[in-house]
Amino acid sequence: MKRNLLYAFKRTLPIMAGFFPLGLAYGILMFNAGYNFLWTGLTSVTVLAGSLQFLMLDFFAGGAPVFTIIVMSLLLNSRHIFYGLSFIEDFKKYGPWKYFMIYSLSDESYSLLCSYKPQEGGDAKTVNILSSGFVVFYWTAFSMLGGLLGKLITFDITGIDFALTALFVVILLDQMRDAGSKLPAAIAVVSGVLCILVFGASNFILPSLVVTVAVLVFFRPQLERTLAVMKKEDE
Amino acid sequence: MAISVGYSVMIILICAACTQLERALPFLIFGRKPVPKVVYYLGRILPMAVMATLVVYCLRGMTFTALENFAPQLIAVAVTAGLHLWEHNTLLSIFGGTACYMLLVQLVF
Repeated sequence: MKRNLLYAFKRTLPIMAGFFPLGLAYGILMFNAGYNFLWTGLTSVTVLAGSLQFLMLDFFAGGAPVFTIIVMSLLLNSRHIFYGLSFIEDFKKYGPWKYFMIYSLSDESYSLLCSYKPQEGGDAKTVNILSSGFVVFYWTAFSMLGGLLGKLITFDITGIDFALTALFVVILLDQMRDAGSKLPAAIAVVSGVLCILVFGASNFILPSLVVTVAVLVFFRPQLERTLAVMKKEDE
Repeated sequence: MAISVGYSVMIILICAACTQLERALPFLIFGRKPVPKVVYYLGRILPMAVMATLVVYCLRGMTFTALENFAPQLIAVAVTAGLHLWEHNTLLSIFGGTACYMLLVQLVF
């Protein structure tokens, strides 16, 4: 258990570094909008989605109509629909913890699940549950901390949120090395850049994922061979 | 607080419900019956594509009007990738790249 805990902690360190400034900033903004750290904690633990929580500040300020709130939150986090597709079979092994794994399936938990490497003496299920637990804890704790004492922090941490970008870059490099083909990444980047040009930087992610899925399905006969290579590495 | 406590609670509940519904959707649709082959294929091939999309997502704020709006990001991504291809140490790559980015935005640009 100790080994699993240490391993889970170590692999969530970059997320801790990234969530520290983001969570603090969120807690401070909530506090300034008239919502104390308890409100922030409630929001972080139930919604658990950074970008939507920042958008919710607009809802709190202006009292947006219910319909707008529903549409905006569904659209903003629509990428999450695609995350579960990779774990439909896998999560069946988790027993009641399956519901926790689905609840905590954020960008960061998803990236950890995708990058899990078996460790000697470690147990995949335990490590993954603990890793997701750390992610939920960091986000909730740091955002509450922002509401409590955010104004006391004086040293300059500008740019520390790049840790999340770096995490995604590193995981992508590992995936590209392990897979037989780099084509899925190339398709996603081209589709992402094109969709930014067409739909703008704030609305590109859903159309981009839809285009990527369509292209991946279209090239399935060619790409299935890539998967055959990846499968061999898994076993 | 610009709005009532009741409306605030409702906003939180709606946003939580919508997000959790989206996370649960694949399991609600494919949880009980055997997963169709194309979905199984997508589940295996999507992680790399999604990770590449998330990298683009993190860099979406870049504009090419002034050097300080794109150079720190591109240099830090190159440093992160370079470190990783060289040493293969995840934590070193991430903290090296982040330190580089912090230095660039705080002191250089």
